[in-house]
Amino acid sequence: MSTTQEVPVTAPQDTSPHTTHAPIPFTRILGVELRKMFDTRSGFWLMASIAILAVIATAATIIFSPSETLTYGNFAGAIGTPMAVILPIVAILSVTSEWSQRSALTTFTLVPNRQRVISAKLLLTVAIGAASMVLALTVGAVGNLIGTAIAGVDPTWEVSVREVAQIILANEIGVLIGFMLGVLLRSSAGAIVGYFVYSLVLPTISGALASTQQWYADNAGWIDLNWTTFQLFDSTLSRTEWTQLGVASTIWLVIPLTVGLILVRRSEVK
Amino acid sequence: MITVENLTKTYRGFTAVNDVSFVAQPGRVTGFLGPNGAGKSTTLRIMVGLTDASAGSATILGRPFSSLPNPGREIGVLLDASAQHAGRTGREILTVAQRTMGLPSIRVDEMLNLVSLTERESSRRVKNYSLGMRQRLGIATALIGEPEVLILDEPANGLDPAGIRWMRDLLRDYANRGGTVLLSSHLLHEIEVIADDLVMIGNGRIVAGGTKAELLSGAGTVVRASASAALAQALRDAGIIVTSSTDGTLRTDAEASQVGEVALNARIALTELRSADNAGLEEMFLELTAQTQREGAAA
Ligand SMILES: Nc1ncnc2c1ncn2[C@@H]1O[C@H](COP(=O)(O)OP(=O)(O)OP(=O)(O)O)[C@@H](O)[C@H]1O
Ligand SMILES: [Mg+2]
Repeated sequence: MSTTQEVPVTAPQDTSPHTTHAPIPFTRILGVELRKMFDTRSGFWLMASIAILAVIATAATIIFSPSETLTYGNFAGAIGTPMAVILPIVAILSVTSEWSQRSALTTFTLVPNRQRVISAKLLLTVAIGAASMVLALTVGAVGNLIGTAIAGVDPTWEVSVREVAQIILANEIGVLIGFMLGVLLRSSAGAIVGYFVYSLVLPTISGALASTQQWYADNAGWIDLNWTTFQLFDSTLSRTEWTQLGVASTIWLVIPLTVGLILVRRSEVK
Repeated sequence: MITVENLTKTYRGFTAVNDVSFVAQPGRVTGFLGPNGAGKSTTLRIMVGLTDASAGSATILGRPFSSLPNPGREIGVLLDASAQHAGRTGREILTVAQRTMGLPSIRVDEMLNLVSLTERESSRRVKNYSLGMRQRLGIATALIGEPEVLILDEPANGLDPAGIRWMRDLLRDYANRGGTVLLSSHLLHEIEVIADDLVMIGNGRIVAGGTKAELLSGAGTVVRASASAALAQALRDAGIIVTSSTDGTLRTDAEASQVGEVALNARIALTELRSADNAGLEEMFLELTAQTQREGAAA
């Protein structure tokens, strides 16, 4: 006999040395996690709402704005507001639904290295954030063309590529804050409340501090992430302002995210 | 094969699992039995890396769970059938598992077929599933990767009698083909009909373990007669130790044949004579876990 016949063995019938399985590639985890963002009704409509909100904001701008304010900058601004709310919520739910719905039990028994799952979710929410902003800004551009055509004025495009990039960056910071809160709190309600504390309550406190404490007013840029991020929407940042953005993000984003990632790795899933 | 060594889990001073060691062998169904709160689910969660152990270790096929490259292909796990995203369909949940493990998509239909979930049921959302349907879906998820080892926490929960029978046959067949099955239950009867080996846990500690045959041997005989006192005397005269139970039966370690002979010689009519299999193990279960049984405190 010169050849050996391959005998198909059904799974449990195994007393021989165990077959080693190939590790799960990261691309597969990415694919599965992307699928999980769309495969429930709520997930699907959350994603669809990104496009729907962009269209509504654009339509409202066309309908309600006087023709002289029909500039691309105004369209981009009108779309930016709903995006700043919805994208962080997408990021939050991508993480917290595993705990709220308890599907983490299955997810982490199929992929015991939790960091790989969380990294996949992080990459996807950042990519979806960027894709949504590109989509929304494209819808705004189409709106600008239609709106100005209806009003009979020339379309104005005073927004530069750099400004578009800054708007996207500002939204991505919001996405990352949402993600961080999701990882840190692992509860949908808690993280969403947390996000509104971050975006509504903290700026109020910061404003109150700035009006009473001169030292704080002079240095708020280093501490108030909201204020620093806001600079991205309408100005060219100086070197100092970029540094302030880096410092404030480290305090409010990088450090809590790191803590959250450590907690996720250790926390009991049940 | 599953090996658990000196596993301990402490929650802020409370020891839920206390120095637990046992082995689940391939080709056998191992029943993990214990009353509510004994520490079964905690032990199983530690095995699959969902909970960190305070001390000790668990290895599956010789390796810690977390080091398996594609765990679903080697170990099927069902810890809680209700722990699924309620908005996903049954088919979608299986598809997510199939994709994660890198299996052909035909496995999804094969599994739905195996656990008797119809096409229509599989496209319903899990929030609309009955408990038994969830349990079937969970078993399908555990089996989809053709694993060698199965870890199931109370898999019979919510199944109807036909479903329990079906699952028993499925696990029996699985073990007969060389698979390792570890399943937990707080119901003795359920474990008794299905398991080859038993591990009993109470208050976080292993209180008994061994093959079912070992644990059953010495369970003795149950006998009943109208002339109960006379029978007891006759047995004692024959040198057999008897105890009388509250239900009016007599229990002894002697063989049924020996008891029958004594009764015949004493001309006492028996109304019942059987081996104490079921009752024996049940007695043992209640006894071994007496301190931990919630009812025990009141009794
Ligand atoms: N996170 C926790 N913090 C404190 N105590 C806990 C925690 N998790 C479990 N316990 C306790 O550990 C003990 C064992 O619980 P476990 O769920 O393992 O029991 P079980 O044997 O599975 O019971 P059942 O048959 O009811 O499912 C219980 O007393 C439970 O309250
Ligand atoms: Mg339990």
